[in-house]
Amino acid sequence: MRITRVLSATALMLGLAVTPAVADSSPSPSPSEDSGAPTQAGTSFRTATEIEQGQTATASASTGDYLYWSFPADAGQRPTVKATVKLPDTHAAETWQIDVYDGLRRRQACQYGAQTRTAAAGGTPSGGASSVELACVLRTVHAWSEPWANDPLPGTYYIRLTVVNLATSDLGLPVDAEVRVDSEDIGGAAAVDGSLAQPLVPGAGAISQGGEEESTKEALLASLEPSGGWASGWWSDRWVWTGIGGMLAALAGVGGYALTRGAGRPTRVPPGA
Amino acid sequence: MIRTQRLTAGVCALLAALTAGIAFPAGAVADETTATAPKVDLVIDVSGSMRANDMDGQSRMAAAKQAFNEVLDATPEEVQLGIRTLGANYPGDDRKTGCKDTAQLYPVGPLDRTEAKTAVATLTPTGWTPIGPALLKAAEDLDGGEGSKRIVLISDGEDTCAPLDPCEVAREIAAKGIGLTIDTLGLVPNTKLRRQLSCIAEATGGTFTSVEHTDELADKVNQLVDRAADPVVTPVATTGAEQCAKAPTLKSGLYTDREEFGQQRWYRVDVEPGQELRASVSVSADRAVSPSYGVLLRAETARGREIVRGEAAGNGRTDVISTGLRYPKAQSDDEDEDTATAETVCLQVTHSFSAGSGVQATPGLPLELTVDVVDGPSQSSDVASFGLGRGWWLLGALILAGFLAGLVWGWLSRWRVAVWRTN
Repeated sequence: MRITRVLSATALMLGLAVTPAVADSSPSPSPSEDSGAPTQAGTSFRTATEIEQGQTATASASTGDYLYWSFPADAGQRPTVKATVKLPDTHAAETWQIDVYDGLRRRQACQYGAQTRTAAAGGTPSGGASSVELACVLRTVHAWSEPWANDPLPGTYYIRLTVVNLATSDLGLPVDAEVRVDSEDIGGAAAVDGSLAQPLVPGAGAISQGGEEESTKEALLASLEPSGGWASGWWSDRWVWTGIGGMLAALAGVGGYALTRGAGRPTRVPPGA
Repeated sequence: MIRTQRLTAGVCALLAALTAGIAFPAGAVADETTATAPKVDLVIDVSGSMRANDMDGQSRMAAAKQAFNEVLDATPEEVQLGIRTLGANYPGDDRKTGCKDTAQLYPVGPLDRTEAKTAVATLTPTGWTPIGPALLKAAEDLDGGEGSKRIVLISDGEDTCAPLDPCEVAREIAAKGIGLTIDTLGLVPNTKLRRQLSCIAEATGGTFTSVEHTDELADKVNQLVDRAADPVVTPVATTGAEQCAKAPTLKSGLYTDREEFGQQRWYRVDVEPGQELRASVSVSADRAVSPSYGVLLRAETARGREIVRGEAAGNGRTDVISTGLRYPKAQSDDEDEDTATAETVCLQVTHSFSAGSGVQATPGLPLELTVDVVDGPSQSSDVASFGLGRGWWLLGALILAGFLAGLVWGWLSRWRVAVWRTN
């Protein structure tokens, strides 16, 4: 237990050391999770703020802004994106929405969760919503899919949080947003044969083209990896299932043999024959 | 003898490492900072209306000055900051002169905090509100360099210098310069001002904030300046062609282009066997567009056969619509590696944004294209992982099969023994 903790801390520190963009954006790089959580959001795919799964990122913004974050998700995970928006005291009815895009900027469907929600007008005598809570449960990320499919693949995912319906009087009012991504491990049920050459991380081609030295100097489109690195894709619990199944089959085979073969010699054969 | 030699060698190596360590990065950093330093131009409205006392009991001008002082203290070292005023010098009634009244208060460059603060202290609310001309000049201030550029406009009244629409000015500025964003801050909760300032912001991918308190103003401007200092990838400008044959050939990277309503854009990418092409495209809505829209990205062979497409559609308020595609090119079967040549893939981008009659069609909508060619295509021979199974049905089936095999084997051996015995 302690070893894993030490190992993960070391891995995290190494990760911080080799990714200058991350190290620069966080004032005090430290292995503990919450102190390094980003306190701002990007305003486009290109400037999306990178967050890790399990981190609660906050941002102060204005109503009408388009807020972008990105996070890495690996095969076998089913990410859940949750966002909370704290609205100003006085506001008209507003509809907020989160959209999730994959590393190729393709919109990803939410299986369930309130992706869009309308907050009733606040500051009126009848009261109203002071915050909006949104959630989006993505489909399970598979290690491989056909190029023609829109299935979620390992790589970077973008979150876009914005107000989609608002009164002009609310435009530009300050709001506070909070997002968090957690994922459920689906395991071998989602395992497929095959894997991507590289995870769907934007800018991967430019890095392999420019070489390591060049890429570390430049700003990257996406640099975060899952905490244990990208899965190589060969392990799944299907090995365990199939292995145990094989052993049980062998046992059953021995049982079946013993049943028909009978104990010792056949009964029809006279003793001493 | 050997020991001293080793020692000298060690000292030499250490010295060399030290000098290299000191000299090399310092030079590299100096080169980088001048060429890619982020630039910010703060454009402040010093029109007569800034005299109004409605910001926490003090005048808007005093609030702005206080905020500026805080911002100047907090500006990161690497940011080159400038300040431009509008309506600061001409107090008269002549519209023509008043609408040209914009001046550079502090030039964009390495920041001298005391000097900048002294310059800010001299400001007194005076004249008109020529937002459009001020933005044009501010864009000139930021000219040159490869870093990100940002204009922060602080105003308390809508533009008084029609017919030059500041919103269109902003769009043209964005079309000219790459990576230039305009963020706007409105000091008065006024619907018309909100519309205009948010229009300016949306035209360049910036943000609009309505500010009613002094501390909010300082916080927001600080946030925007910090945002400019964040390292971002600057896209490369390219111009797609009307057909594939004339299209520019792109390598891995991030590109921008402009695409008018109803236009199509073609690009070409070379993909070698065993490589995978990944492309994504985003088209931004930088003006008032009709509420339903879409984008289509198609990959074709040079002969016009469609390989794969990415499409997206949406409706309602949006900043961008985007889609992407992936094309793994299989390893060639030829044994002779040299004969395997790169395939030219044509990428076609079309969007279905539309706008009302009053909306300008040029410059086209901003288009952002990412191209990644990575080694090794993805492949799969079976849906299951290595042909392995899982679940209770699998266990049941295996046990049953094993049991039946055992039964048959046992029966066979018994039969064989019986036959042997009888013979």
